[in-house]
Amino acid sequence: MINMTAFLFYVFSIVLLSAAVFVVSSRNTVHGVLFLILAFFNAAGLFILAHAEFLAMMLIIVYVGAVAVLFLFVVMMLNIQIGEIQFVIRRYSLIGSFVGVILAIELVLMLVNWHTSPGAFDLTVAPIDLQKGIPNTQALGNLLYTHYALIFQAAGLILLIAMVGAIVLTLRHREGVRRQIVGDQFAREVKDCVQLVDIPRTSKG
Amino acid sequence: MTITLDHYLVVAALLFTIGGFGIILNRRNVIVILMSMELMLLAVNINFIAFSQYLNDLVGQVFALFVLTVAAAEAAIGLAILVSYYRNRGDIQVDDMATMRG
Repeated sequence: MINMTAFLFYVFSIVLLSAAVFVVSSRNTVHGVLFLILAFFNAAGLFILAHAEFLAMMLIIVYVGAVAVLFLFVVMMLNIQIGEIQFVIRRYSLIGSFVGVILAIELVLMLVNWHTSPGAFDLTVAPIDLQKGIPNTQALGNLLYTHYALIFQAAGLILLIAMVGAIVLTLRHREGVRRQIVGDQFAREVKDCVQLVDIPRTSKG
Repeated sequence: MTITLDHYLVVAALLFTIGGFGIILNRRNVIVILMSMELMLLAVNINFIAFSQYLNDLVGQVFALFVLTVAAAEAAIGLAILVSYYRNRGDIQVDDMATMRG
């Protein structure tokens, strides 16, 4: 009898891996992005099964809410023709399968041979079971805002730099667009723009 | 039967391999390559979370959070480069990207 956790794990894993295959192989890029969203949702399910609830929610908020929508936006903004995949597979299948076989062999060797170092459990920095009764989000926050505050700030800085970089890369000034120049507006004075002209009376009544 | 660390490792390894295949085999456009990279980073995150659960240490989740941050920044910068490239060249076929080769 298979229990509920194991059943959910297999469902999430199979859907995740199938969605990943479709992301890689779908001809239409929009379909690929939609399958990417499906993959992220199922990975969030796996995270919840591993008791990482906060990260599961972050995965949905950050990836599905921001990154995947960004991908979708770019895919729909650019005019991309649907490429032919048959030709491509013939051309790169040799090197691709070579690299894939090496990677698969290495991963299988690692999965067969790995073992936990006996001292590894003594190196635990923030044990989870000491914080029973504290929700995952709060425990993560306790750790993140104390021991890892500096790295947290650095992560914020990375995001700021990414934002500035994305704006700098995509900003362009079009010709012929009349923009507001605030400095010129403030520098404008009455004597520059109002002129009093004496008009002599010419009519004789 | 229970779900052990090995189950998570197998899933993450398969996901990583699929992402790597996506990068190697794909010659259509850069967006699919960026999506494959996101899949590989997701596999790394699954490994971090599984080991965090296995070693009973919350630091793995903190690390996964930072991987998430860097992945988001990388996606934003990559797509910005893609948009500006598309403006200059008119398409984003990978085979045509030989400008830097000289």
